Amino acid sequence: MWNLLQIELFKISKRPRTYIAFIAIAAIVFIFQFAFKADGQSYMDLMLQSVKDDFTFERVKAINGYFMCYIILNTLLIQVPILVALVAADSISGEANMGTLRLMLSKPISRSQIIIVKFIAATIFTLLLLVWMAITALFLSMFIFGVDDMLIFRVKGDESQILQITKDDVMWRYFAAFGYATVALTVIAALALLLSIFAQNSIGPIIATVCIVIVCTIISNINVPIIDNNVKPFLFTSYLVGWKGFFYIATTEDGEPIKGSLENWSAIRNSLFILIGHIVGLVTLSILIFKRKDILS
Amino acid sequence: MSVVIKVDNLSKKFKDFTAVNNLSFTVNKGDVYGFLGQNGAGKSTTIRMLLTLIKPTTGNITIFEKNLQTNRKKILQQTGAVIEKPDLYKYLSAYDNLSIFAKMSGIKSTKLLLMNQLEMVGLAQRAKDKVETFSQGMKQRLGIAVALVHNPDLIILDEPTNGLDPQGITDIRNLILSLSKDRGKTVVVSSHLLSEIELVANRMIIIHNGRKMVEGNVAELLDPSKALIQLQTTDDIFAQQQLQQTKWIQFLQPNTTKLQLVMPKNEVPQLITDLVSKHVQLLSISPMHALENYFLSLTNNPTTHVESAAN
Repeated sequence: MWNLLQIELFKISKRPRTYIAFIAIAAIVFIFQFAFKADGQSYMDLMLQSVKDDFTFERVKAINGYFMCYIILNTLLIQVPILVALVAADSISGEANMGTLRLMLSKPISRSQIIIVKFIAATIFTLLLLVWMAITALFLSMFIFGVDDMLIFRVKGDESQILQITKDDVMWRYFAAFGYATVALTVIAALALLLSIFAQNSIGPIIATVCIVIVCTIISNINVPIIDNNVKPFLFTSYLVGWKGFFYIATTEDGEPIKGSLENWSAIRNSLFILIGHIVGLVTLSILIFKRKDILS
Repeated sequence: MSVVIKVDNLSKKFKDFTAVNNLSFTVNKGDVYGFLGQNGAGKSTTIRMLLTLIKPTTGNITIFEKNLQTNRKKILQQTGAVIEKPDLYKYLSAYDNLSIFAKMSGIKSTKLLLMNQLEMVGLAQRAKDKVETFSQGMKQRLGIAVALVHNPDLIILDEPTNGLDPQGITDIRNLILSLSKDRGKTVVVSSHLLSEIELVANRMIIIHNGRKMVEGNVAELLDPSKALIQLQTTDDIFAQQQLQQTKWIQFLQPNTTKLQLVMPKNEVPQLITDLVSKHVQLLSISPMHALENYFLSLTNNPTTHVESAAN
């Protein structure tokens, strides 16, 4: 199994398309950083417009590395599924397209092993993408913008909120958020892997994965009680942005943030279980289907 | 002589289409076994079933005296294959491709072993070059190196000369012969070209529409003292009835719509005499000496079904 995983990672590392995702992330992050460095105050003024009468932030340098990373993640984590699909959807279909699938399967390797190894490789790729995001969006932003307490803008119900997290209480939240995002994006990888079993080239499964993510995201954002209660709890897209929960700090009755706390840990934990359940389900389904599949490519 | 492959009543259906129909054959140790049939005859489907790429609908495959379904891993450790065109990872070098598939085959390969393998197929000088820069012939040779890298006892080559130039075809042919004669390997080689099989195989099967038409020794099928002849008469049914009362019945090919006999060439005049004496009105008698004609005569007739004519 270890040998197979090494082979799989080696193949991924040698494919040019692998690096498209890393280049795309770097490009987006750099554009954000440049824009905020040049004119971040305008954005800040806009965000604070509705609440500036209630809050004062004299001692906080609002646009700092932590804040920048949060803004970038908010945008990027919606697009990254496409980048994950780019590699994961190619897992089986790419081999079928190249004609290497039949050669691979005529070797003494079980089909279950192939699916598991492909899935682990896709997960490692996803993890590396997020590590790259952490390097560019978090650490580079910390270097460029410095660090200070972090402000989070949030709409809860009908009201806008600003949460303030002290700078010594932020880093662990980012590690946890990146960990959560890895699990969430691994669901996309597992979905793309499943779809790649049915195709002879990677374009179909990439498009299908993206379409499913878009459709499910739209459904997840429809606020109708019947969908809220009966559909949303089962859609993985309802939990993709659950990483934000690590930045929703609990407060005292007086509204003072409690250092090291989370507003709703049980919701985050439940979301993680549901995402992991999706991963297990999708990978199991992939194994079952792939084991029965006739290889005609 | 030990049996390496034993296939019993193998069938494969894709919805309503029967690709392989009740096929049975055996391949003995050391054989170069020719697998012949026109395009779409069911050769590749059968070969894919031998390699567990496709699951049979019915039937049983035994390789190295083990059931393929239950001993897949052990059997594939001793099997090497080139399936249709040898597609490899185009973005990797020849060396990397060979190294990857050696690992997948479960062997610990050394640089020396891999380079020797590339040397064997004449690609040592191009070891570091990406496969995307290779010609079809070079890819084919690399595919064979991949098939042989773990020193398998059974080698399955599906249309190995497809797309090759004359020199490439000769090289592959010599390699197949060398694998059998010098290294004692069992080779199954499929082709739609009889001329290719004639030159390398000692035993062969011809399949058509997924069914076995003939299986036997190539030497016997090609025996110059024997001839395949086709009779045309004014009343074929009457002629067949007359043949059934004579010694010629043993040469008559069953299940054919035409009267065809595989028989010693020097007895043909006697056959004609006997038929005339039995009042069979002959319109023509056509000898078909070459295996190619034999193959074409069988495969051009959709109702033909010959079982082990020269086994």
